[in-house]
Amino acid sequence: MSATFLELSAVSKRFSPRLSLGERIAAALGGDVETRTVHAVDGVSLTIKAGEALGLVGESGCGKTTLGRIAAGSMAPSEGIVRLDGVPVIGPGPHPRKLTTRIQTVFQDPFASLDPRMRIGDIIAEGPIAHGLVSKDAAAALVGEWLGRVGLDPSFASRYPHMFSGGQRQRVAIARALAMKPDILVCDEPVASLDVSIQAQIVNLFLQLRRELGLTMLFISHDLGVVRHICDRVAIMYLGRIVEIGAAEAIYGDPRHPYTRALLDSVPKLVIEDGTNVVFKPIQGELPSPLSPPRGCHFHPRCPIAMDRCRGEIPALKASGTQSAACHLAPT
Amino acid sequence: MTLPPALVAFWDDFRANRVALGALILGAVIIAGAVLAPVIAPQNTYDIASLNLMDARRPPGFVGSSGYVHYLGTDAQGRDVLSAIMFGLRISIQMGLMAGAIALTLGATLGVAAAYFGGRTEMLIMRIIDLQLSFPAILLALVLSALLGQGKTQLVTALVTAQYAYFARTAHGAASAERNKDYIEAALSTPLGPGSVVFRHLLPNCLPPLIVVATVQIANAISLEATLSFLGVGLPVTEPSLGMLIANGFQYMMSGRYWISIYPGIALIALIISINLVGDQVRDQLNPRLKR
Repeated sequence: MSATFLELSAVSKRFSPRLSLGERIAAALGGDVETRTVHAVDGVSLTIKAGEALGLVGESGCGKTTLGRIAAGSMAPSEGIVRLDGVPVIGPGPHPRKLTTRIQTVFQDPFASLDPRMRIGDIIAEGPIAHGLVSKDAAAALVGEWLGRVGLDPSFASRYPHMFSGGQRQRVAIARALAMKPDILVCDEPVASLDVSIQAQIVNLFLQLRRELGLTMLFISHDLGVVRHICDRVAIMYLGRIVEIGAAEAIYGDPRHPYTRALLDSVPKLVIEDGTNVVFKPIQGELPSPLSPPRGCHFHPRCPIAMDRCRGEIPALKASGTQSAACHLAPT
Repeated sequence: MTLPPALVAFWDDFRANRVALGALILGAVIIAGAVLAPVIAPQNTYDIASLNLMDARRPPGFVGSSGYVHYLGTDAQGRDVLSAIMFGLRISIQMGLMAGAIALTLGATLGVAAAYFGGRTEMLIMRIIDLQLSFPAILLALVLSALLGQGKTQLVTALVTAQYAYFARTAHGAASAERNKDYIEAALSTPLGPGSVVFRHLLPNCLPPLIVVATVQIANAISLEATLSFLGVGLPVTEPSLGMLIANGFQYMMSGRYWISIYPGIALIALIISINLVGDQVRDQLNPRLKR
């Protein structure tokens, strides 16, 4: 249980918009062409142990989806490497192929992630048949089993995705991922596009499946409440970097990074104290453009306790107890 | 097995448009006539023994030496025009379908491949297609037919070359939109190979716009073939398609023997219009923005 399982070492991902023909000619002739590079993920190192659920939390646009795709092996990092049990998860080259079936993904939008022209049963059975996990004859039984496990009627196998609600579709997407018998499940905002009442059902399904299957999970979400329910450890991401990581109870109980604190304070709660509504404190300022992130600590322009050092020097993750925070002011 | 409800709803919508329904019936009658020609045509126009020069250039309604009525008259060789049209339609439709099917396969593969692989492959394929689309199809087909000579294979080659670019354009547009959807990402992250992703997921989802283009392009192929045969560069005289029938009667137009050209022309126009009307309706129904 304690062995390091999935390991991301100093992973970075940069996106540069392709230059137009005119810009390329200008660059070739020595012109000054502005190249706008986005550092979606900037030097992230993470480990996930077998059986553990790691939550990845951050605002929209902080790079958590990109990091999830890199961790799942469906996108190659610009720098760094992702290993599963010491083996790289994605091949080299300009058009790299994912090398493992042991990591599967559940996507955010179940209305987009299921092929509208395929029957539910074919959607679930396609991967296992393609990888020889099941014979074509036995596929129907496998589909029925997984539909049952995610709480759907096995007779739904012959229906098309458009006949289902969002929550049902997400169950199908989960069944599709799990039918591949993955060791790690990467969930990219799997409840974000569902109604709140449905969210609870899907969260419960994840909890139940974790119990039954001992799933290892990377659970990406912007919802701190959902993550707290599901995850053992939590990583907080801001503008491409991990700012704090540690055991869930430590992060929620004693946040060390000012961004984590601000994030926790900004969560609306169903609590009324002293007969008055609690006023939530939104984080001041806007998420800076990832095209030109602030120097030093990315969070300093919005940080209530920023000092001169934060504007020039990138803080490293410092471990203290069960958690690490990337803040110059974090206690060690 | 019952029909999928989507298909039933599609048919109900289609039926609601009287013009399209009429066009579908007209097209079906024409195609049935062509398919059943050897059985129902009064005369086998390929059988030279059945022709009688005494019956040549007779007007519609003439009772020929074989004893039956030539409802649409006879041509210069004494052939029954109605029978000639039915057999001519067979060739025209056959050429149109063959050219359309090959152009669809070739164009869709190129367009989808361009969208799937992206980068330089996409740029190369799409620029070649843009270049080709800047020439009129008739010009390309004419030049190719003249170069390749007469014959069915040559004609189909010329038609395909003139038309695949339209399919490629459409397939590329549709595939570029589908390429970035999550279900493709899901298939790639399973991982499934490029072959299954393209043929099992990408291509089937690009089919609706391609079907629409296919109906229009089959009609275009038929009219293109008729044009080439009319000009004498399409099929050899042993394969009398509608275009050639029109050409055969053309010299008699001014001498009052209109029926030799006019009736094959009407058959051609009716076929092309009915295909186009059906295609228009299908396109309207497949366009989600027009869904009521």
